[in-house]
Amino acid sequence: MSQNLTFTEKLKNFFISNAVPILFVVITLLAVPVSGFSANYLIQEMITRIGRNSFLVLSLLLPIIAGMGLNFGMVLGAMAGQIGLIFITDWSIVGIPGLVLAMLISTPISILLGILCGSVLNRAKGREMATSYILGFFINGVYQLVVLYFMGGIIPVKSPSLVLSRGYGIRNTVALDGVRQVFDNMIPLKIGEISIPLGTFFIIALLCLFILWFRKTKLGQDMRAIAQDMKVAQSAGIPVDRTRIISIVISTVLAGYGQIIFLQNMGTLSTYNSHDQTGVFSIAAILIGGATVSRATIPNVFIGVILFHMMFVVSPMAGKNLIGQAMLGEYFRQFISYGIIAIALVLHAWRRQKDKEMERRSLRGVKAEKQPQAEK
Amino acid sequence: MVSEQVVLKMENITKDYYGNRVLENVSFELKKGEILGLIGENGAGKSTLMNILFGMSVISETGGYQGKVIIDGKEVNFKNAFDALDAGIGMVHQEFSLIPGFTTIENIMLNRESLKYNFLVEVFGSRLKTLDRTDMKDRAEKAISALGVKIDPNMLIAEMPVGHKQFTEIARELDRKNMKILVLDEPTAVLTESEADILIQSLKRLSDLGIAIIFISHRLKEIIDVCDKILVLRDGKTVRESPAKETSIRQIAQWMVGRNIEEKKDEVKNEKKLGDTVLKVENLWVDMPGETVRDVSFEVREGEIFGIGGLAGQGKLGIPNGIMGLYEAGGRIEVFGKSLEMNVPVKALKAGMAFVAEDRRGVGLLLEEPIDWNISFTVMQAQNKYLKSFIGGLVKWRDDKKISELAKEYIKILDIKCVDEKQPVQELSGGNQQKICLAKAFAVNPKILFVSEPTRGIDIGAKKLVLDTLKQYNQKYGTTIIMTSSELEELRSICDNIAIVDEGKVAGILPATAATEDFGLLMAGKVDESKEKVSAQ
Repeated sequence: MSQNLTFTEKLKNFFISNAVPILFVVITLLAVPVSGFSANYLIQEMITRIGRNSFLVLSLLLPIIAGMGLNFGMVLGAMAGQIGLIFITDWSIVGIPGLVLAMLISTPISILLGILCGSVLNRAKGREMATSYILGFFINGVYQLVVLYFMGGIIPVKSPSLVLSRGYGIRNTVALDGVRQVFDNMIPLKIGEISIPLGTFFIIALLCLFILWFRKTKLGQDMRAIAQDMKVAQSAGIPVDRTRIISIVISTVLAGYGQIIFLQNMGTLSTYNSHDQTGVFSIAAILIGGATVSRATIPNVFIGVILFHMMFVVSPMAGKNLIGQAMLGEYFRQFISYGIIAIALVLHAWRRQKDKEMERRSLRGVKAEKQPQAEK
Repeated sequence: MVSEQVVLKMENITKDYYGNRVLENVSFELKKGEILGLIGENGAGKSTLMNILFGMSVISETGGYQGKVIIDGKEVNFKNAFDALDAGIGMVHQEFSLIPGFTTIENIMLNRESLKYNFLVEVFGSRLKTLDRTDMKDRAEKAISALGVKIDPNMLIAEMPVGHKQFTEIARELDRKNMKILVLDEPTAVLTESEADILIQSLKRLSDLGIAIIFISHRLKEIIDVCDKILVLRDGKTVRESPAKETSIRQIAQWMVGRNIEEKKDEVKNEKKLGDTVLKVENLWVDMPGETVRDVSFEVREGEIFGIGGLAGQGKLGIPNGIMGLYEAGGRIEVFGKSLEMNVPVKALKAGMAFVAEDRRGVGLLLEEPIDWNISFTVMQAQNKYLKSFIGGLVKWRDDKKISELAKEYIKILDIKCVDEKQPVQELSGGNQQKICLAKAFAVNPKILFVSEPTRGIDIGAKKLVLDTLKQYNQKYGTTIIMTSSELEELRSICDNIAIVDEGKVAGILPATAATEDFGLLMAGKVDESKEKVSAQ
């Protein structure tokens, strides 16, 4: 039936299905001149931020493919990544070996947390997003207990620059001087004034290739099947629960690596806050890129990161120049992040309703029944 | 092409569900390439028989079965459906089990995809093999061509006409390596006539390939056309096993519905005088999952008890649900000459209609609440009765005293067995719960009362009470009653006229005194063919 659409209908469909990214393009186009930033500055910022955030956002893809929605549980992985970074800082292992070791440490923690998260979500089918969001808060409590009370006490952390003066617990901020931007500068490249974190881009490209390849595997195919109809998949013999857990585990592990990449770029770890908004900001970014709760692609990730962060950079200055208050930008940021998630969830529910009606159209009434036959 | 080799033999199959015998000594044989038509009303035992063949878990969970299932001369006892699949039995269910966003190929190959090796498999296991799309396409096309139909292998299921979905599903079973027996449960129910014809041709091709087929359908014409042999079940027993050639549709219909009707029809029906038309339904459609109503028109006159019968899933339950506004519906409804706004339950109630739902535990009753609340609930909502008003009607409180009196009255009239009117409804037996549902509807003083499956799941004694109650109420107050039931005999015992619904349409309306086999024929989808010429494709 899709072939029979007229051009205007196609255009309308295009605008409806891409409403969110188009809206943000418009906002950005309006805000950029007002902010008064130079093109060079903005390009540099965008390149830095693509390197910093893309990996985290990419980690959201697998659970969406598996029909589990937006994985707010990715903060679990972020916490695992931070634990890895705390250890390598304590052991003073610097450079690329330090980051690789941090990843190695985070992996088993991420896997355990991922299995936990996946098992919980299997008991909350259809309510994955709310459940994983709250699970994030719960694990945050466990993380604080470990970092604030166990580290330096039960778990040996020696370095006085890390441990609070009372003898246990990690300080509020950890300087990651030894690993600062080592991925970014692994392959130094400068074009004009703009430096490009080629090393990080390389890692991100590898992950993209992995995701593209993964979709073609049996496991990827099973995930797509489960996303559409769990019952049918189950009756065809696909191990539904196990596959769902695997998708969450992979996502959590990737989120852990993503957080390490994020923090090596930032150069400091804010022990109790860094992971707080990882989930919300990543999810807002992928949604702004045009993804939905049930469908997301790699281009969605990059478009989203660019648009979301462009707004991040531009809006404080635009706010200051317009109204004289830079705080407006910060307010805007929060407002947009949560607002966009709320809109996405409502849109998702609305679209599902519409799809259902379309699907059942043939069952409704005599006139509706004849339509599809006439088109043949 | 039927050979002499027996592939499946079921011997003396007997099965009880909690002391309720649903199958008794059913035996049959199926030869290679033979097509067996399995016929029976709902509850005749068809599904149970197939569940046993398939090793479904409901069977073992309820104490297993007696008798033998023999495949290729060896007795088998399947633990689950996957064992049955491995043994070469394929099943196509009535509802599609396809993934809507997958292509034909992907669906046919679901979980049996052709795979390619890569080194990561050594580390992470075989699920990281990649799909071999070219081989999958070849295999899918082979399965489709075995059916002798043309389906675009790259089309998404969601965009397909229903017929193609059905073929996709069958092709999926064909792709299994050792397919020997194929069970098709009402495969033509969702198809247009021409699509059904193509399907029947395909089945004949499959039988030529040596696949034995068990074909379940209520369209007797198809059964006669395609089957080599028929097996008619009624109340769990084999009524007849006969070569299809030696029977006629009329004969099968009689075997299917004909019960040992208790001869004591003591009350001769005194001709009731019926009034004017009170309910007029035109081109009603209702989107109720599993009970879709497509195009139904009928009229009911004042004081009539109008029955709606038909097999499960054909749409009879959708009719009252749609009229009462509980499921999305369209068409035209006139109540007492005035047209009724659809999809708004309150309007339907205000128009003087009441509904006793088929799902009494789900929507009919507030199980944890006492009897009196249950009885008065609808009347409070719809008619603002049994309420005390304060501050000029801004605040309304329940009038507990009057509610109690109301409940006591109905407990007496309907002989509801309970401790008192404050007892929670969930403590009552099924029959008494059903009476509460009736009381709840009576309390509204309806002019038109819809009753769905009033005797489902209650014992015989209680059944009679419920039916008698309805009849008395009709005689005493002249209330028009529209009763939906799967049990034809029940309808015939109290109704004046009965409409039989088949595939979402009224197949025919007969007086209750018409012959059983006439009803059977209507249920079997043998409508006047000239009327049913759908210009499909």
